[in-house]
Amino acid sequence: MKITVKDVEHVAALARLNLSDQEKKIYTGQFNVILEHIDRLNQLDLEGVEPTTYVQHLQNVFRSDREISSEKALLRAIMQASPDREDGLFKVPPVME
Amino acid sequence: MMEPFEMTVAQSLLALREKEISARELIRSYVKRITEVEPAIRGFISLLPEEMILAQAEKVDKLLASGQPVHPLAGIPFALKDNMCTRTLATTCASRMLKDYIPPYDAHVTEMLDEAGGILLGKANMDEFAMGSSTENSAFHVTRNPWDQNCVPGGSSGGSAALVAAREVAFALGSDTGGSIRQPAALCGVVGLKPTYGLVSRYGLVAFASSLDQIGPLTRTVEDSARVLEAIAGHDPRDSTSAARKRESYSKFIGREVKGFKIGVPREFFEQGIAPGVKDVVLDAIARCAGTLGIEVDDVSMPHSPYALSAYYIVATAEASSNLARYDGVQYGFRAPNSDNLLDLYHETRSQGFGQEVKRRVMLGTYSLSSGYYDAYYLKALKVRTLIQRDFTEAFQEYDFILTPTSPTVAFQIHEKIDDPLTMYLNDVYTTPANLAGVPAISLPCGFSDQKPVGLQVIGRPFDEGRLLQFSHALEAVLDIQGKRPLL
Repeated sequence: MKITVKDVEHVAALARLNLSDQEKKIYTGQFNVILEHIDRLNQLDLEGVEPTTYVQHLQNVFRSDREISSEKALLRAIMQASPDREDGLFKVPPVME
Repeated sequence: MMEPFEMTVAQSLLALREKEISARELIRSYVKRITEVEPAIRGFISLLPEEMILAQAEKVDKLLASGQPVHPLAGIPFALKDNMCTRTLATTCASRMLKDYIPPYDAHVTEMLDEAGGILLGKANMDEFAMGSSTENSAFHVTRNPWDQNCVPGGSSGGSAALVAAREVAFALGSDTGGSIRQPAALCGVVGLKPTYGLVSRYGLVAFASSLDQIGPLTRTVEDSARVLEAIAGHDPRDSTSAARKRESYSKFIGREVKGFKIGVPREFFEQGIAPGVKDVVLDAIARCAGTLGIEVDDVSMPHSPYALSAYYIVATAEASSNLARYDGVQYGFRAPNSDNLLDLYHETRSQGFGQEVKRRVMLGTYSLSSGYYDAYYLKALKVRTLIQRDFTEAFQEYDFILTPTSPTVAFQIHEKIDDPLTMYLNDVYTTPANLAGVPAISLPCGFSDQKPVGLQVIGRPFDEGRLLQFSHALEAVLDIQGKRPLL
């Protein structure tokens, strides 16, 4: 499967990235080289093989949530790390026109 | 007399306990060393102020003088890779995205080393978000290999490896997703251990590929690796994949007999573009160890290992594309100025905040997870992961350890591979199988090719770090390259 500039544009949009025309061209070429290498996986017979997402077989690992509304110093540190804020809330530009 | 910074962790601890040196003297020696060599190496992204570091050392000296029991790493100076959260220093991941980010909490490993009495000196350079094999993907600066300053230190924990090799710190922590501790350790001639997946908590480690990421030590010796590992390993409920196991002493394994151990050497790890010089050095090292230690060495086959790299680059990028979706300019980190609306803010923030390699991997991962390609790429890679894990399970029924080269080449020139992503990815060809299978693996210096260090990789059974370190220590004693240092 050959990747085209159109595919790269589609993927960039999904990943919320803007690319220049120059970047689109470079990435298209590089993705084709990388995917050609990756396509060697097609040499394997994978019939009946189960997929592995995690090597450990863990199920339903729970822990309690911790209430932090009284931890003023922590809340302050969290808000201070934000790019824009007002009244203890994160501030963003308009979502809709 | 030996300069204090020349001592290993184990030697320093002994000298402190015997009152041959104070923690203040030890730390001052390192601070002086950093002043002298750091302008050439540039392994740090940030350093704590000298007063703060010396105040810590004075606390240790008071404790030592009081005769109270001291902490296991009391007074030992170290660096953390800059993807581990620290409340006292920005945690940048070597990215514009997190350039000024001060986390509101400490990583589990930061807390553990603090409790063990270690003294944090600063944060180490790395490839942006741990993506790379040369540390050239840092948004800030290039780190140089102490053995040859025209060469890269490897990556992505290149800053950590270079700082340990240059004796600017006694040890450092790195993170390893596909070889990012072991490959730079090999290229810088130090010891780098990737523990079993789940042994060290990832709480506060900035996520790259969550099913593969693991934190581990970079040290000058195997014994030091054991000392640091026992300080950071253990169950942590804040990481749901953290293994619920009792804490263990690893240093007690150091020096034990290894006679009779059975070793497999998989032939597939001596193909796939290995440099002839590296192959010779590794095979010679294995032969010397076999003869001296009375271990049994067999040629074996791990037939799926040549597919590990391809499976890895699908799994790791897919997980990365999901993990890095959080960098949207809203809650923390960089935000692109002057966006008209929220969607524009996301696009501009990510386009300006991420470097080339991060964008490349996020897009590759998005592609393999996208509608129509999921089965052809992502699901297929997960099935290959099963086969690779099976290769290890079968090999470990017969053998105690697997020996391979760590990296197909020695340190390469700065700029040599940076414009060719696939060539750069091929650095990870021998290290990715251990991540996919979740097994522990360590790289030890085993000789030199072209005057640059060569790494020997020892792979062990899951949670068998004690014996892995025991065996590696015996190999280290036979290989005996500790006397050689980079000239700085």
